[in-house]
Amino acid sequence: MAAASLALASFGGVAYAAPHPWQLNMEPGASTWSRVPYDLNNISLAVCVVIGILVFGAMFVAMFRFRKSRGAVAEKWSHNTMLEVVWTIVPVIILVALAYLSTGGLTSWADTTGSQMTVKVTGYQWKWRYDYVSYLGQPIEKVGFMSKLDQQSDETRQLGSGMDPYAVKVGDENTYLLNVDKPLVVPVDTKIRFAITSGDVIHSWWVPAFGWKLDAIPGIINGAWTNIKTPGTYRGQCAELCGQDHGFMPIVVVAKSKADFAKWLSEQEAESKKAPPPPAPFDAAAQVAAQRG
Amino acid sequence: MSYAATHDQHDDHHGAPKSFFQRWCMSTNHKDIGTLYLIFALTMFFIGGSFAMTIRAELFKPGLQLVQPYFFNELTTMHGLVMIFGAIMPAFVGLGNWMIPMMVGAPDMALPRMNNLSFWILPFAFVLLLSTLFLPGGGPAGGWTMYPPLSLQSGSLAYVVFAIHLMGISSIMGAINIIATILNMRAPGMDLLKMPVFVWSWLITAFLLIAVMPVLAGAVTMLLTDKYFDTSFFNPGGGGDPVLYQHVFWFFGHPEVYIMILPAFGIISEIVPTFSRKPIFGYKAMVFALACIAFLSFIVWAHHMFAVGLPLGADIFFMYATMLISIPTGVKVFNWVTTMWGGSLTFETPMLFAVAFIILFTIGGFSGLMLALVPADFQYHDTYFVVAHFHYVLVTGALFAIIGATYYWLPKWTGNMYSEFWGKVHFWNSVIWVNVLFFPQHFLGLAGMPRRIPDYNVAFANFNMISSIGGFLFGASQLVFLGVLIHCAFFSKKKAADRVWEGARGLEWTVPSPAPHHTFDVPPVIHDEELAHGDVHA
Ligand SMILES: [Cu+2]
Ligand SMILES: [Cu+2]
Repeated sequence: MAAASLALASFGGVAYAAPHPWQLNMEPGASTWSRVPYDLNNISLAVCVVIGILVFGAMFVAMFRFRKSRGAVAEKWSHNTMLEVVWTIVPVIILVALAYLSTGGLTSWADTTGSQMTVKVTGYQWKWRYDYVSYLGQPIEKVGFMSKLDQQSDETRQLGSGMDPYAVKVGDENTYLLNVDKPLVVPVDTKIRFAITSGDVIHSWWVPAFGWKLDAIPGIINGAWTNIKTPGTYRGQCAELCGQDHGFMPIVVVAKSKADFAKWLSEQEAESKKAPPPPAPFDAAAQVAAQRG
Repeated sequence: MSYAATHDQHDDHHGAPKSFFQRWCMSTNHKDIGTLYLIFALTMFFIGGSFAMTIRAELFKPGLQLVQPYFFNELTTMHGLVMIFGAIMPAFVGLGNWMIPMMVGAPDMALPRMNNLSFWILPFAFVLLLSTLFLPGGGPAGGWTMYPPLSLQSGSLAYVVFAIHLMGISSIMGAINIIATILNMRAPGMDLLKMPVFVWSWLITAFLLIAVMPVLAGAVTMLLTDKYFDTSFFNPGGGGDPVLYQHVFWFFGHPEVYIMILPAFGIISEIVPTFSRKPIFGYKAMVFALACIAFLSFIVWAHHMFAVGLPLGADIFFMYATMLISIPTGVKVFNWVTTMWGGSLTFETPMLFAVAFIILFTIGGFSGLMLALVPADFQYHDTYFVVAHFHYVLVTGALFAIIGATYYWLPKWTGNMYSEFWGKVHFWNSVIWVNVLFFPQHFLGLAGMPRRIPDYNVAFANFNMISSIGGFLFGASQLVFLGVLIHCAFFSKKKAADRVWEGARGLEWTVPSPAPHHTFDVPPVIHDEELAHGDVHA
């Protein structure tokens, strides 16, 4: 029973928003697009398994049938045009099918038009900054904040802290190294465009449940989108080596219903009118100067 | 002219020089230099391996137990640099040095003094590189790929760049030497299309080396000037572009991965026919596939960069080009299996490693195909799935081929048989533990564990612990290898025959075991039926 539910969970019966123990495969994710990599992963894996069984199967047959100890005498042939043509053509056909599927999925990913919301994501050593740019065609004023590793994980992860990573929990969920002080809050059923960049070195913004990662590169603004189907908390990590605390800059996205999000956003706007947050410390020239100093 | 030159060197035609310094430090003999390369590679393999053991020990369970995160990054960076440039590449150059002249019937490498220089640069390069670990500020910690701006934050950048320049010079000289030897020094009658596949694989690899090592040198030099001479190649603050570095680096980097696998293909193409007692299937297709792979390797570099935000058209081009590589690679695998079909098989240690290579390298090829699919790569990229992929290709691929080649030719080198029992102990331990080590890393990547992190969420704990246990035991298994090598070279009582393996074909088996200091002073007469090729006349 436990094994069955494990297998079910591993192969997509339950949508997880965070990794879980003994997980064997990718998850289908939580956005309108995230099934694309998941399906491609499963299809290409299946293709590889079938080819593997055929090739390795033939090899094992050869290894048992043509053993010298069983009296096998070596044949002399070393050429067969028909065979060679077949095993060149058949893979080409399989590849064309895989290429067709991938190209379609990729093209839909690359289309950021028609988005209803824009969030700017900036990577820093070793935290993320989120600036809300616009929502439903309206510019958003001064809603932006830093998002860094939560305090409990941060204390536990110190070398020789003596603290137990298994004790870092939110409710029932272990959130060690996968929790932040202030998550990115977004609405569901909304095409959200992310403008991703960096203030120092290259980072990579990755929430597996959205199906993609995209590098945050200084001097470049990369665009990507997601459209989340179900409310929930989605966890990810920086995926490009960015220095000593690369392993300690998680990403948490909380997806709320549209009504809840609108409420949250107006609260934030009201708060920022009272005490405007400091401007984003992005300044490429100063960063470079600091690096060289 | 040539008579005078031969006459001058007449003295050392009788045997190796007696003094240690003269023999090893001043050697111009391809066999001694080959031995030096192999010993150097083995040393680096254990140094790089000790970095890997420390990495796996830190990742044994969640929480930081052993090292600070910055030192962890130094370990992953050094592990990559040492294994690639210190272990795998010099091992192949050593095998090429030893075997290419003997396989084409040449008395030595074409440029023996340059051969000495290309080896003796390497120890200096690696002393320079490894010394950074003991300097204030520590070693390089930006990954072996050295992406800016991160790599520019390292205080040891200049050391690393200089070390890489030295390695590059060494590789280029080695490659020139191999090309010159193969093109000019073949015995009469050894036509290009009669050469063993191993020689072909090295000829093609050498051209790749000459083409891309200067590109790497250029890329790291631009890093150096960006850091110390106020240029802005990769600095957006000065109008540069960090992504430019990645394009230049991977224009080197993808051919580089084939530099590390084509000679392995060559080795497997020698071992499989020998222990199948049957000529290699589709010799010409094998050579053509090597050339195809080498050509394609120049037009796929951006498949390492699908996450940097390339234009849609570029993503599609590099995806298709990458997928194409699986065709010639598939041909090679099918041909090896077909070579075995209808043969008369025995499974001595070299054959065991070759069989494991074919299966496990192919698994690495499968994950490579999956990685080529851009939308799926958006998930796989920079996770443990990639780590598993390239370790299947490089450890159970390149390294297994090197170990197989060592068992295959060791009796020819030393004149003694190695212990078949301990060879098999080494094989079975290696093949079991290497899978325990790397296979779970696929699951970790699919579950979302990024690579190059010193600590992780408890959800990743189970497979990391399994992987670490596999790692420790795989590492320990290699001590058996060391024991087998020492025993064979110094203590084995069992003398090797000239044609060590019943089914072995090719010129290297016509000389005595151990191979005398000088072979083929007089070019051999080639009898086609003694060569390893298959269907040349078909
Ligand atoms: Cu980062
Ligand atoms: Cu590549």
